[in-house]
Amino acid sequence: MLAWAFHRISGVAIWAFVLLHVLDIWLVGANRGLYDEVLKFYASPVGRVGETFLGAALLYHALNGLRIIVMDFWPAMTVFHKQLWYASWVVFVVVGLPGAYIILRPIWAGAS
Amino acid sequence: MASYTRSGRPRPQSSGFELAVWYLMRLSGLALFVLALGHFSITHFIFDPATQTAQWIIDERWGSVLWRTVDWLLLTMVVLHAFMGVRTVVQDYTTGGARTLLTMLLYLAGIALFLMGTIAVMTLPFPVK
Repeated sequence: MLAWAFHRISGVAIWAFVLLHVLDIWLVGANRGLYDEVLKFYASPVGRVGETFLGAALLYHALNGLRIIVMDFWPAMTVFHKQLWYASWVVFVVVGLPGAYIILRPIWAGAS
Repeated sequence: MASYTRSGRPRPQSSGFELAVWYLMRLSGLALFVLALGHFSITHFIFDPATQTAQWIIDERWGSVLWRTVDWLLLTMVVLHAFMGVRTVVQDYTTGGARTLLTMLLYLAGIALFLMGTIAVMTLPFPVK
């Protein structure tokens, strides 16, 4: 149930970002100056925290989605649904923590 | 609300549109595992957002037909997957006229977004060498 709820919440959040993201990329050709203004927000500390949450949503949705696909096309694996869920969290932490560090580092390194 | 199994939405028993959507979500999901995670890695781990100005996109990221094609494939897969996914959410929480209206609005928005993204990736001029 929790796996399903997280999958749904992260999915809707990514959908909302995709709406925004196609619009901002549209600006590269339509209004270059405005695009660069939007980029300043993406590169700001608040923007970076937002991107960290976006990356977390994307990574969780991708890993849990893979778990769903495995069980759908290899039903015998459904017995191990809990182990697969825990394994996806291990990958989430191992990949996600260094990823979050790379995205957030410029905030205190002052590079942005 | 539809019943859910240990994994996701159970495979529809009838053939036709719902079964096609069920497969579409899984196949586009697999494609996005590579395309979307790859895209996020390029834009956040390999390059920093601060460097990705409009000029940089024109000169570097969209300076080759190959990368434009990869990004267009990502657009195609993400529009299909995200809008059909939200369609499932809409169908879980609405009925009757509201469901029909919201589903149609969703399809229209999906088509509009796909066209916008396609125009953006196809019409941006290449850098003058």
